[in-house]
Amino acid sequence: MIRFVVRRLLQMCVVVIVLSMLVFLWLRSLPGGPVSAILGERQTPERVAALEKALGLDQPLPVQYLKFVERAVHGNFGVSTKVLPGEDAFQVFLDRLPATIELSVLAMLLAIALGIPLGYLAARRRGSITDTGAVIFSLVGVAVPVFFTAFLLKYFFAVEWNLLPVSGRQSTGLDATRVTGMFVLDGILTREWDASWDALKHLILPSLALATIPFAVIFRITRASVLDVLDEDYVRTAEAKGLTTRVIRARHVLRNAMLPVVTTIGLQIGGLLAGAVLTETVFSYRGVGDALATAFREKDYPVLQVLILAAAVIYVLVNLLVDIAYAVIDPRIRTR
Amino acid sequence: MTQTQHTNRPRGGSSEPLLSVRDLRVTFQRQGEEEFHAVDGVSFDVRPGQTVGLVGESGCGKSVTSLAIMGLLPGRGNRVSGSAIFDGEDLLTLSPAAMRDRRGSEIAMIFQDPLSSLNPVISIGRQVTEVMERHQGLSRKQATPKAVELLERVGIPDPKARLLNYPHQLSGGMRQRALIAMALACNPRLLIADEPTTALDVTIQAQILALLKELVVDTGTALVMITHDLGVVAGLCDEVNVLYGGKVVERGGRHGLFRDPRHPYTVGLLNSIPRLDAARGEKLSPVPGSVADNLPWTSACAFAPRCSQVVDACTRETPQWEGDQVVGHRCFNPMGGTR
Repeated sequence: MIRFVVRRLLQMCVVVIVLSMLVFLWLRSLPGGPVSAILGERQTPERVAALEKALGLDQPLPVQYLKFVERAVHGNFGVSTKVLPGEDAFQVFLDRLPATIELSVLAMLLAIALGIPLGYLAARRRGSITDTGAVIFSLVGVAVPVFFTAFLLKYFFAVEWNLLPVSGRQSTGLDATRVTGMFVLDGILTREWDASWDALKHLILPSLALATIPFAVIFRITRASVLDVLDEDYVRTAEAKGLTTRVIRARHVLRNAMLPVVTTIGLQIGGLLAGAVLTETVFSYRGVGDALATAFREKDYPVLQVLILAAAVIYVLVNLLVDIAYAVIDPRIRTR
Repeated sequence: MTQTQHTNRPRGGSSEPLLSVRDLRVTFQRQGEEEFHAVDGVSFDVRPGQTVGLVGESGCGKSVTSLAIMGLLPGRGNRVSGSAIFDGEDLLTLSPAAMRDRRGSEIAMIFQDPLSSLNPVISIGRQVTEVMERHQGLSRKQATPKAVELLERVGIPDPKARLLNYPHQLSGGMRQRALIAMALACNPRLLIADEPTTALDVTIQAQILALLKELVVDTGTALVMITHDLGVVAGLCDEVNVLYGGKVVERGGRHGLFRDPRHPYTVGLLNSIPRLDAARGEKLSPVPGSVADNLPWTSACAFAPRCSQVVDACTRETPQWEGDQVVGHRCFNPMGGTR
């Protein structure tokens, strides 16, 4: 098991190195470039040349890349130019991370808590109204773009019916103590219940919007997987043993059916950031996704580099966790 | 005819039957398709300690018969009628909960493919103990030493270590032994074995059959052996039922049936077994054709299209059962009869 984890971590290093090259080259091939982004309308050929020399952009790309790597290893990714001007780019990522973690965790919990039981129920009652209804609902969930779902939720629940806050992470003017940067958790830790409740209310709509696609995918995979497992010979063996329905469902059906679902959950967690960019933008939710959108729009290259690399590392780490979870559930992988 | 029945009678036919199946019918109905009679009025008895064989080709209804008795047919799309009296109760009319109480404790079953019949993510030990936890009210801890004994009894070496193994870590023969251990965990009075050796190689087949024989003799468990292999029947069964197209076409004691088969289908099955004492170059004579999907038992003999002994009556009316619950056949033009 330890060897397995170490091997996967080494693989991750390779992935990160290759990806850093790609991000580096890709950003430098974009039209415009950092110099014109910084100078804006004040650019003249002389100023451009001077700034390029100052920034080291006149040197060959491999040299630039090695310098970038050297600084990056020391945690220096440069300084943000637009998202939070003057702030260390890595610090921008760290500042925004808790908000996105909070949003993603709630969205995934919603998707899992609804997707797995509903998928199981639909499979048990295959062909019933429950099944058909849930399948159609999940199809809509996958088909409708996140920004549209987000907009609809915002329009009805926040604007029309005034049930929930329109945007942001917490009401302004609320005197809340910060501990982790995850506002709901902070409120719980400091026993400022009103702050926690306020932050949670702000989270509901964005997390619902973000949860739709993972929910739909988890639901469909659970349903298909349970249907497969119900037909397995070992379920018939369990029936032949006279085991109670509860034991057969929990021990024999669900555990086997969870294998593909775990993989799916991992992939969905990896894909959350893409959804977060849209959701956070619609709800003006100050998280990593919002920072990424701003950095793109404003050509904040240092921040972009940090965020893209960080997203990749998180993706690979989540996949590692999924593989470990898989090995815990399935002994065939553990002993191989 | 009466004389024939006497010489053909199997041993141990005197006591009250433990399981008495009467006119069992299973019909499958799929939307937009014609009804399919998988089992078409099967009757047979199993007495305590007796081994009864159900023999036939794929599709003759032998597995469906056993699943119907166990109450394990898939929930929708089938209709079961007739009766299966086990110990005074009709298994076919018992509530699902009552049937659940009997399965695994009174009646147990072993399936064909030992790998797919074992849960891949649960340890062998747990799969053995869970039966005892369910039916004997034991805790997992109490059931574990019993599981070790069971594994030892079915011939699994180093049973204590095997408890922690998963199915993929065992060989095919060991897996089938583990399944047998699970089936015998609560000392059932009836064991149904559905082609338990088909997925195993020949040497292992012989071991498993010997084990089954030893276990049923030791414990007095009655055994219903479902197989397409007459070799298995010859070595194991007291009484044999030959099935074709969902009906029993011939029944008899092991010795009588092999010595003097009456139904042309039984003769065909016997002739299709390769024999070591056959002359060199002599060809095997298999039963020609295959089981037809739509069975014309309603107005003819379903075996007529493949039969070498066919007479006019075979294609005009359904042959009736000639005999009783112990010996008999269903044929207009039976073979042999010289006895």
